[in-house]
Order: sequence, then structure tokens, then C-alpha cells
Amino acid sequence: MSEVLVEVKNLAKYFNLESDFFGRPTSVLKAVDDVSFSIHKGEAFGLVGESGCGKTTIGKMLVNLYTPTRGEIVFEGTDLTKLSEEKRRGFCKDIQLIFQDPYASLNPRMTVGDIIAEPIKINKLLPSNEIEKRVTYLLNCVGLANHQRNRYPHEFSGGQRQRVGIARALAVQPKLIVCDEPVSALDVSIQAQVLNLLDELKEEFGLTYLFIAHGLNVVKHISDRVGVMYLGKLVEIAPKKELYSNPLHPYTQALLSAIPFIGPTKSKQRIILTGDVPSPINPPEGCRFCSRCFKKTDACDGYIPELREVSPGHFVSCRLYDET
Amino acid sequence: MTKKKAEQPTESSQAAVVLEKPESQLKEMWESLSEDKAAITGLVVITFLALLAIFGPLIMPYDPNFSDMTKSFVQPGAEHWFGTDQLGRDIFSRIIAGTRISLTVGLSAVAISLTVGVVLGSIAGYSGGKTDTIIMRFMDMMLAIPSILLAIAFMAALGKGIDKAVIAIGLVSIPEYARIVRGCILSVKENDYVQAARVIGNKNSRIIFKHILPNVLSSIVVRATLGISTAVLDTAALGFLGLGVQPPAAEWGDMLGRARGFIFTAPYTLIFPGIAITLTVLAFNLLGDGLRDALDPKFRKN
Repeated sequence: MSEVLVEVKNLAKYFNLESDFFGRPTSVLKAVDDVSFSIHKGEAFGLVGESGCGKTTIGKMLVNLYTPTRGEIVFEGTDLTKLSEEKRRGFCKDIQLIFQDPYASLNPRMTVGDIIAEPIKINKLLPSNEIEKRVTYLLNCVGLANHQRNRYPHEFSGGQRQRVGIARALAVQPKLIVCDEPVSALDVSIQAQVLNLLDELKEEFGLTYLFIAHGLNVVKHISDRVGVMYLGKLVEIAPKKELYSNPLHPYTQALLSAIPFIGPTKSKQRIILTGDVPSPINPPEGCRFCSRCFKKTDACDGYIPELREVSPGHFVSCRLYDET
Repeated sequence: MTKKKAEQPTESSQAAVVLEKPESQLKEMWESLSEDKAAITGLVVITFLALLAIFGPLIMPYDPNFSDMTKSFVQPGAEHWFGTDQLGRDIFSRIIAGTRISLTVGLSAVAISLTVGVVLGSIAGYSGGKTDTIIMRFMDMMLAIPSILLAIAFMAALGKGIDKAVIAIGLVSIPEYARIVRGCILSVKENDYVQAARVIGNKNSRIIFKHILPNVLSSIVVRATLGISTAVLDTAALGFLGLGVQPPAAEWGDMLGRARGFIFTAPYTLIFPGIAITLTVLAFNLLGDGLRDALDPKFRKN
């Protein structure tokens, strides 16, 4: 496998919801708790999980929107969490983000051309006379026409706006792009177009993706490896094929069984989880999933599973696969 | 064939029009504004008032401060177009003279409160946390006291005079602007495009000025235009209390206040200054509305 581009080590993000008079936190939301994984150059790493499991928080920590509470983000050998604000900003041109909602992520007062040119100007990547040409090129890359550059975002459809968002992310020639559910706000026919575009751009520019999604089918389409998150923890990481054919963690099994299935053969057994996701303010002790797990035994109580490699490239965090 | 030839140039010229370098924001704004009849009316009135303020002394038929007691309460007519007041001063001349004071006071008081209010509100809204609490609690303290009372307190500290009145009125309305700006910034700040601005490496100051403030500009502009009229009225109130404009200087609100005893016997002494105030306030409001639309690309016509 190719070299590691970014490695996340024991990353955690806590949000203090309430503090007492002296500023000591009394209620803490553990959005991301002790997550480690690495992304290799040129791959698309999918991150799935239900709403509120912390996948977007991880993405936002990578692009400097959140400061991690703990842990390291090692990007090409540099730990980004230890850098000063000024130096950290310098890495903006290496890691970019595509937003979920194309209607909210474009400044309504800037023309599309200005939106795409801005990152180039700020990071001083090109002399000003070459920016025009670069914007034209980027617009073409994402399938927009050059004459649309002087229009405002509200004049575009959702899919077109998302293309603008992609062009903005590409403008600085990043090495890693965090795609935060880039298609979940679009309708299905447009989803396919945008996914294919992302795929093509990955080939063309040699990009690496961290692809965050809650739909397994979307992730299946684009990812090489997939990480499954539950309540701030990574529960399973595996190559795409392995994960879809041989899911090990009970949560992954339940997720996969929820994919709608069309065909003449008898449908798979659907695993229906009971209860709701526990609050991340007071997560269950030990295994986070134990309150809803259908394979839970008494031995699971208080047992803290760790992410372990059970077969090459396949990591899972569950007591069932720990040698005891 | 000929048809094709005829079509081609139009096509290319159309493309040329579309591809043309976008006009600057200002020019686009102006184009949108010029199609708004109400806003243009407002602008025309304001321009007229501004010209009157500058060149007023040249067209005044009488000295606005010249008092002729033998001619007090002259009905409006050929000699005195708007009549004369209780001291026999020509109301028409006094209204023209008042234009300068009213516009200056209105604009400069708003300029003071706008500048300070926008800066404080932006800092409070963008940084949040303790900074926000400290600034906003201070603003709340100012808001807790009725504005005219606070202005009187400032005047008591600063002394009498129109320039002091401007400062007092400006200071008193800072909290309103700070609150509005902070509120708008809080709602805009959480937008994805502000986060996007951070992701591409913008500094905080640039995020505020380039990405947040332009998106809250419309509410600030509308508030500021209304603020001009409030400032005009506040000056009048201070003048009436003997703190603002010092007699015999002509000021609309002051004229209204002094003439209020003659509302039944000589209504014209009130009506004309009243019309002048209404017209000014209306003009600024119309312009403000038009500006709001022109500043927002979404509401821009065509």
C-alpha cells in the first residue's frame, strides 16, 4: 500500500456544555473519543455512521474548524495540533473541505468566479494575472461554463452549487479533501453526477478523500476503505469489499442489513436495533454499543474493547473478536 | 444562409456581453437602485435638502434670525411664503437654515453611533464568550436608561451646544447598533460559507469584513437611515429642553417645540417645520429600503 498521507492518533473532541462558577466543566459532550486511523495517499477513506456519531467533527478537526481536545493529526509527518494558528493556516492549502449543504456554503454576495478565486488569492498561489485563467480551468474541470463565473450562487441549482464548492476546494490544489456528506443534500440523479465527478477528479488530480457519509451505498460507490463510527468511536475499519461481504462488528452488521435490497431472491434477514443512540454526554461505560447490541453477553459489561486487527487490514473493536 | 449570417453576430455579441468583466459592485448597486422609483424619489429629496443646506443662505429671502415683532404671526402669503412665527421671523428662511443643522446633526450622530456600534457589535458577536458578555452587559446598562435621559446626562457632563448634542445623541444610540450588528453576526457566523472562509485560510479580520459584514449590511443600512430621523428628533427634544441648539439658531424640532402653544391660532408655525421633518425622514427611509434591495444580489432587479 502507498505511503500514509494523514494519520489520526487518539483524536478526541469534547464540548463543554455547562461549567460551574469557576469555569470547570460540569457537563461534557464527547463528540469524538479516542479515534485513530490513517489515510493513504490516493485512496478514498469512507467514514460512516448515523447522525451525531462524530464523523463530521473529525472532518472539521482536520480542516481546522475545531481544535482537538486531545490527540494528534499527523499530516505528512507534521503534527497539525501542535502548530501555531499562523502555521496551521498554512496547511489550509493542503487540506480542503467540501460542505454538505451547497445552499449554505457559498457566500451569497460573491460571484462564483470570486468564490473560486478567493482561496488562490489568500494563499498567494498565483500571480493575479493568472488567476482568471485558473478559474476558467477549474470551472471547466467541474463541468461549469466559463460564462457563468459572474453569476451569484442563488442563480444556480443545488448540483451546480456543489460543483462550485468542489471547484473552490480544488483551487488550492489540496492533497486531501474532506468530503462532508457532499451529496446528501442533492436529489438522487444529481448525486450520481457529483459522485462521478468526484471520482474523475480524484484520478485527474491524484487526490485523497476522506469521505464522510451516512448512506452506505454512497460510500460503497466511492471508497477504497471504510471506517464505521458509533457514538464518537470507530468500531470497525476494513477494505470496502471485506466490510460489505464480511462485517464483523454487530453494529456494522445491523447497518448493512438496513440497505434496501431489490431482487427476486429472498431478502436478507433485517437486523432491527432496539432503543435509541445513547446520549454522547453520558455514554455507556465500556463498549459504547452494548446498550443496543443484539450479541451482548454478560461478559460485555464493563469490558472496554479496543480497535484490533483481526485479519490483514480489517480492524474491529468488539469483545467477540478479542482473544480471551 | 443570410439568416445564419445574421444570427451569428448576435450570438457572439451576446456571448461578449455575458463574458464582459463584471461591473463593480457599486455600479451594479446603482443600476438596481436607479430602477427603484421610491428610492430615487428619496435620493432626489435628500439631494435637494443637501443642496439647500449648502446653498441655503443664498436663497433665503430674509435673515432667519431677524426678528420683527410688528410682523409676528403673519399668515403665509406672497411676502412671507410660510408665514412668520411669534417673534416675527420668516419661517421659510428658518426652515432653509434648519436644513443644514438637521442634516449635519443627523448624519454625524449616526456616523458616531454606527462606527462604534458596528465595531463593538462585531467584536462581541464574532468572538463570543467573555468578551461578548462584557461588551453586551455594558450596552444593556446604557439601554436600561431612557435614551433622552442619558443624552441629558451626557450633555450635563459635556456642556451645552450643538456639537455636544451630536456627541450625546451619537453615544446614546450606540447600544442599538451594537445589538443589531451582534445579532446579525451571530446568525451569519454559523453559516457554512463563513466556515468555508476559514477553511480556505482567511484571517479573522478578513472573515468579518469580507464574508460577514457584507451579509449584515442591509439591516445596518436600514437601521442607519431610520437612525438619521431619530437623531433629528432627538436633537429637537434636546433643543426644546434648552440643551441642544442655542437660540436664536433655527432648527426644525426646536421650531416645532416653541410653536406648540400656537397650534390652534397659527397652525402654519408648526405645519411647515413638521413637513420638513417628515419629508426628510421619509426620504431617508425610502432610500434605505431601496439600498437594502440594491445591496442584496438576491433582490436585485434583473
